[in-house]
Amino acid sequence: MTWNTLFIMRHEVLLTLLIMYELLADLSDETNRTRMVNVTIAGFFLYMLAGFVPSENAALFGGMYVNDELRVLLKNILSVSTFIVLLQSSGWAKSPIHQGRAGAFYLTLLSTLMGMFFMISAGDFLMLYLGLELATLPLALLASFDKEFRRSAEAGAKLLMSSAVSSAVLLFGLSLMYGIYGTLQMEDIAQMNLNSDIHTIAIIFFISGLGFKLSLVPFHLWTADVYEGSPLPVTTYFSVVSKGAALFTLMLVLYRVFRYQPEEWRMPLYTLSVLTMVVGNLFALRQKNMKRFLAFSSITQAGFMLLGFMNFGRIGMTTIVYFMLIYGLSNLAVFGVLSIIVRATGKESMDDLNGFYSTNPRLGLVMLLSLFSLAGIPPVAGFFGKFFLFTAAASAGMYILVFIAVLNATISLYYYLLVVKAMFINKNETPIPSIQSTFYEKLAIGICLTGILAIGFVSQLYEYIQGLM
Amino acid sequence: MDFSFTILILALPLFSFALLGLTSKSLKADLAGYAGTTSLLVITVLSYLAAWRYFGGGDAEAGFGTTIAMNYLWLNFTDTLQIHIGILLDSLSIMMLVVITTVSLMVHIYSLGYMKGEKGFQRYYAFLSLFTFSMLGLVVATNIFQMYIFWELVGVSSYLLIGFYYERPSAVAASKKAFIVTRFADLGFLIGILMLSFSTGTFDFDALTSPTGPVISQPAGSLFMGLSVTTWAMLFIFMGGAGKSAMFPLHIWLPDAMEGPTPVSALIHAATMVVAGVYLVARLFPIYAMSAPEALDVISYIGSFTSLFAAVIACTQLDIKRVLAYSTLSQIGYMMVALGVSGYGGEAGLGYMASLFHLFTHAFFKALLFLGAGSVIHAVHSNMMTDMGGLRKYMPVTHVTFLIACLTIAGLPPLSGFFSKDEILVAAFEHNKIIFAVQWLVAGITAFYMFRLYFNIFWNRTPEYHHAPHESPVTMTLPLSFLAVASVFAGFVPFHELVTSDGKAFETSFHVLVALPSIAVALVGIGLAYIMYFKQNERPTKLAASISGIYTAAFHKFYIDEIYIFITKGIIFQFISRPVAWFDRHIVDGTMNLIGNTTVAASVVIRRLQSGKVQLYIWFFASGVLLLTLYMLLQ
Repeated sequence: MTWNTLFIMRHEVLLTLLIMYELLADLSDETNRTRMVNVTIAGFFLYMLAGFVPSENAALFGGMYVNDELRVLLKNILSVSTFIVLLQSSGWAKSPIHQGRAGAFYLTLLSTLMGMFFMISAGDFLMLYLGLELATLPLALLASFDKEFRRSAEAGAKLLMSSAVSSAVLLFGLSLMYGIYGTLQMEDIAQMNLNSDIHTIAIIFFISGLGFKLSLVPFHLWTADVYEGSPLPVTTYFSVVSKGAALFTLMLVLYRVFRYQPEEWRMPLYTLSVLTMVVGNLFALRQKNMKRFLAFSSITQAGFMLLGFMNFGRIGMTTIVYFMLIYGLSNLAVFGVLSIIVRATGKESMDDLNGFYSTNPRLGLVMLLSLFSLAGIPPVAGFFGKFFLFTAAASAGMYILVFIAVLNATISLYYYLLVVKAMFINKNETPIPSIQSTFYEKLAIGICLTGILAIGFVSQLYEYIQGLM
Repeated sequence: MDFSFTILILALPLFSFALLGLTSKSLKADLAGYAGTTSLLVITVLSYLAAWRYFGGGDAEAGFGTTIAMNYLWLNFTDTLQIHIGILLDSLSIMMLVVITTVSLMVHIYSLGYMKGEKGFQRYYAFLSLFTFSMLGLVVATNIFQMYIFWELVGVSSYLLIGFYYERPSAVAASKKAFIVTRFADLGFLIGILMLSFSTGTFDFDALTSPTGPVISQPAGSLFMGLSVTTWAMLFIFMGGAGKSAMFPLHIWLPDAMEGPTPVSALIHAATMVVAGVYLVARLFPIYAMSAPEALDVISYIGSFTSLFAAVIACTQLDIKRVLAYSTLSQIGYMMVALGVSGYGGEAGLGYMASLFHLFTHAFFKALLFLGAGSVIHAVHSNMMTDMGGLRKYMPVTHVTFLIACLTIAGLPPLSGFFSKDEILVAAFEHNKIIFAVQWLVAGITAFYMFRLYFNIFWNRTPEYHHAPHESPVTMTLPLSFLAVASVFAGFVPFHELVTSDGKAFETSFHVLVALPSIAVALVGIGLAYIMYFKQNERPTKLAASISGIYTAAFHKFYIDEIYIFITKGIIFQFISRPVAWFDRHIVDGTMNLIGNTTVAASVVIRRLQSGKVQLYIWFFASGVLLLTLYMLLQ
């Protein structure tokens, strides 16, 4: 253990310090909520900056923990997303009903982020599993954070039960893996390159377990209930950070560990992708509650993400990371506007958005651009993200899948336009009054909007990601 | 020669969009209009300058080459596949620059009068600038990826422009329909792009369309259902073009899109966006002609069918903008036919030249028709033919310019429509006699419905207007006059020396055998319209008596009229137009609605999945895992 080791693990170490602070602040009779929120955001900001300092690649603790430039990038993407969630939740955390509980909220939230970092940096399936549990169990706590509301409590319970099953399935997959290879060390497994029916089953069980976190159909059923019941910041966190961590982990394991058996995972992902896009779309069409609507929208988007896996090479991985980054920012922007509305009015139905543009033109425009980005309309970034995913699948000759995906993208445009129509066109006697956003909220939206508008045109970013693969 | 100044042609409208969009509230309405119009005037001049330099500096005998004014490497996608952003200038794109900037400038000026006092005047001009920018970016794209981005941007900006009348729910529904139908078509385009670029390893038009390049000289061998990958890709790409150009059966959005402001219809639905599909096929023409002839046949059949189908429907419409919309479909059908029957290089490329020639002349006379119709609507506050009549006395300038446009589209010499339509008929005649016969017939129907429109608006009975209609302000009549002049003289542009399939000039000959029947059928169409619509109600007997020749004809007219009414109303309308219109409304529209309704119905059926019971969720989870395992093991 040297200073260098600590530096390589700077994400985890600094996050631990932050968690310690939350613990102390929570224990002490801290009544000044505003100060606590400010300190947390400032502390997280410093931590986030430290995450961008380059470090060397290394495998620590006998290969249990690995870090390289790609993993640092993935962690940074999650950090930035979490930072935006923190900014957006500042108003919520300061509200009187959470008196004395803001510390607990941050503490749990940051713990799950820590779990996700261990999932990404895992060099051993055991480590991955521990990270996964650390990332999942506190999430159930967060889902039921508004314990006064029955829905929130129900969301927590549902998540806990469903995730227990998914963990069991994943764990079973891992035990099969151990049975086949005699080790859980990822690099050793990758070298052995075995093939058997049991191996296929193990991979399917592993994919199913992570598919639960990614909300792939048919492992998605918890999503809508939990998204709807959880407090809005937690829903945001689910749809971007938690999903991103699962996607990155799946990608790292499939491309790095099972790189010699791609045919074993491509077909299951193909099937799941089609199912997820179609079912997600069909449900999204009917939703009236914005949180449920975004739940199904995020399910559909997960189906699109799987398109990247059709290409086994660098293109596949690059498009997956690139798309996740863009999807994350677009979704965060939508949630950012929504969180402002919910903070000010408590309304979260699509009908409440009627006439929103007439009273809040700026927020309306932000919403328009980010919905266009989710729908994949140029020139906003979402278009480039989707286009490259389609390219990745097409480069593997999967034209039928591309066809289904593009068709689904067209259907999704329809329901994203429903929201646009509500805001810009539908009449409303009593539209949501003009809302004044706070500095943190503006900053959060500013970051997202810059990303949505610029990422598509800064090709260096794509090339940078490609260089890490 | 240095063409780097052409970057301004793209930069100015974008700048004007940003300026007008950001300052929309604080800028005075008039000022916003003038700012937008001025920036367009500048880029029109720049486009003419580019055309002057390009055509003046090249040698028609040796052929006009392709100039890449700028090309910036945007992304190294893979080691072999690169994406550029740039400006490509050749005779095709320069011709399009001239057309787009001219018509757009006219629409900008016209809107100063037409949209005066409308709510959101600044926003309207901001969107006009955005649309112009996207359209210009589309035509100068150096590669198919860049083209696709601008292609979608054109869709977005036209969505915004059609939906400009926020208050009118029909406009909103129409803009959404247009957006979604064209997006649906674009899914074909996107797949076509992916197939083409992965089978060829390039996005660049230069490499794709070079006749000696690897794409064309070494066609991909693998076949699927008897057609090569290239043919499939080109068919998919055409699907995108068919959506934007409203070819059957993807045409359903265009008539509804008439809900937008009339100047927008003139810009989008006459001269620019709807011909993007023609431009797309023309841009990739060498591949179509040499590697995918089957796709070209499909294009000619679809074009021919659409032109006939739309022309017949145009005869039944009462909303004057809808008549023009169907007329546009029909004319774009002509352009597609011409591309479909064309070969590559030299005189074999007659159809290619004719198609773009018609695109060029059509842009002027159809924009003129739309703007004229807008002027009429402005005066009588109605779109319906039944509310109009006798307007020639009130609106002399609109009347004369509209008449010129009608004569031009009817294809009477020496107006521009005659020359371009004649070249198309010649090309069709040499390639496929049946298509020629159809297009010849459509020429007659076109003359008929255009003059039906003309007589009903400007002659016929004069209804009681609430307040006397008056001529439109000079900001509106000026563009009308300019476009009328352009419509008359555009036919004298020597297209066969400028815009040809291989860039080299060739000789065209005048085919009396084609020209005379086409003039004859146009005259018959006009004559029919005259008999039926010129004076349906009692005209003053004094006038009738004073012109004895017409009086005598009018005497017999009763008899002839009956026959014609029987033939047209009794047979053609009853048994052809009605069923065709019915088919359009119920089957084509119905099928599209059915697709939508099925989607919704499916979502109702599967809603039980989301019951809220965790047990069921877990059951699905487990079943999913097991089914997936079984599927993989039994494979």
